[in-house]
Amino acid sequence: MADYKIELTPEQLAILNGEKGETMAKVMKTLVMYGETFGATKMVPVTGKKGHLVTSFGLGVMKPVYELMDKLIADGVISGQQFSVDPKPLDKNVPASFIENLIFKKFMYSAQDMYDGQLQKMGLVSDSAYTCTCYLDEVGNTPNKGDVLSWAESSAVVYANSVLGARCNRNSGIIELFGSIVGFVPYFGLLTDEGRKATWIVEVKTDKIPEAQVLGSAIGMKVMEDVPYVKGLDKWIGTELNDDAKAYLKDFGAATASNGAVGLYHIDGLTPEAVEQGEALIAENAQVYVIDDAELERVKNSYPVIWKDKNAEPKLCFIGCPHLTYSQLIEWTEKVEAGLKAAGNKKVVIPTVFTAAPTVVEKFNKTSYAERLKKTGVILSYICPLMYMNNPLCGKKPVITNSNKLRTYTTSRYYTNAEILDCITKGGK
Amino acid sequence: MKTFKGRVVVPGACEAEALVTKNGFNTLASFQKSLMFGDKTAKCGDQNNPDLYNKPMAGTALCLPQTIGSTTGGMVLYCATAMGRNPACLLFSKPIDSLAAAGAVLSDVWTENSMPTIDSLGDEFLETVKTGDKIKVEEDGTVIIL
Repeated sequence: MADYKIELTPEQLAILNGEKGETMAKVMKTLVMYGETFGATKMVPVTGKKGHLVTSFGLGVMKPVYELMDKLIADGVISGQQFSVDPKPLDKNVPASFIENLIFKKFMYSAQDMYDGQLQKMGLVSDSAYTCTCYLDEVGNTPNKGDVLSWAESSAVVYANSVLGARCNRNSGIIELFGSIVGFVPYFGLLTDEGRKATWIVEVKTDKIPEAQVLGSAIGMKVMEDVPYVKGLDKWIGTELNDDAKAYLKDFGAATASNGAVGLYHIDGLTPEAVEQGEALIAENAQVYVIDDAELERVKNSYPVIWKDKNAEPKLCFIGCPHLTYSQLIEWTEKVEAGLKAAGNKKVVIPTVFTAAPTVVEKFNKTSYAERLKKTGVILSYICPLMYMNNPLCGKKPVITNSNKLRTYTTSRYYTNAEILDCITKGGK
Repeated sequence: MKTFKGRVVVPGACEAEALVTKNGFNTLASFQKSLMFGDKTAKCGDQNNPDLYNKPMAGTALCLPQTIGSTTGGMVLYCATAMGRNPACLLFSKPIDSLAAAGAVLSDVWTENSMPTIDSLGDEFLETVKTGDKIKVEEDGTVIIL
């Protein structure tokens, strides 16, 4: 056996030595090697009740992943905890051409049904657990402060760390599943007190509330994988983690994690560790980044437009990457209604899809707002916009979004919330 | 000839032609197209990376600062290795990131293919090495630009 520096308990060493079978030993070996790369000193128990996986899509080409899953299942090496998973890539309610549907079902996501079956055998909570916002009350995978997690999905990890005070590294797909299987994760990075110290101070000095997705983008691009301590934002979003603040931080965090690689941020006077420890969280010699309205405008103007025809009329709009909260769905319904009324239109002028977790959609559909939203022509879906756009045809399709994550990973074009409301209710680009 | 010394993440020795990106390497965007369309040379599909776009990645000494993008990155790298479309080695100028490390380790433990991975080679390495240079990687993390 290789000479590992990481300190293992007798139980962990036994697993590594094959006491629970060769496959389980390889799972442990993978985590040990992964941890050693980052100087992990030990393996610690996963204390969060549920896991969360990033890979929800049954891309036909990922045969090695399905073979690995088959081997794990056949050898009885399944997750020791239930888990949620990112959103599904397909929903028949979302507009797609005949050719797109053909490519999606027969070519790209041909392994979807098979992979869904593997996830169920491995420990998926339920068929309603497909969402990137697993931490919402309606979904029920909400970690407690201090819980150690084995999650992937950058937007969920940064939310769990920052807003909930849980502890999780930015894991890759498969690694997060292995942590849930074996019940231990290597102790390094954002699991440690030292790794949670801020090495950047961000001073927000804007004259109006910053657009969450642009502020997150600016910070992500500046600090990359470091931890920022953000001052001055409580002035705009308050000092209470209510629904509005949490929704803001969800969108803000997703942008920090996708435009950069942020896994944890602290908001002065608001997020749990910042409330408890204040500026003691700031490391010595932290760098400073001042953000005013001009800086946000500069960042927004720096986004490239990679549509083939830059002046094309938008063909589709996605709102909800990450998935919308219940409160955001209500708010957007009211905004669209008001926007249409002001513009003298009855229905949205660009095909528009709002996306939310299946259980949030279910809750929303039980209210009168569901019928009101339907009347505006907006489609409500549980789909992953990113996976929908992740095909060769979408490069030619002018899609607009208010998501900086979707903009980063696809050819979609970014607009602020106010701009996009204008686009879909009044028209124009 | 110039020699650099890095840290061994996954041990191994190989010789290959360098393929260099100065920007972060987006693993999903780079590999998805080639994996999907059965391109055994693994031409890079990331339109946002002018250093690599459309260049074959399989069998090269991929020289990069770090990887960026989706947290599926490690899994994608594992798929590329399992399908034999991986770079011959990964040579990082900076300390390796968690997604690339996952891909390198998964490839090492779960596939038959070897993909030696060295990190912390320093900024000078990436400033010196050019696409097309002959590279020799040794077991102890020594990287020689021949």
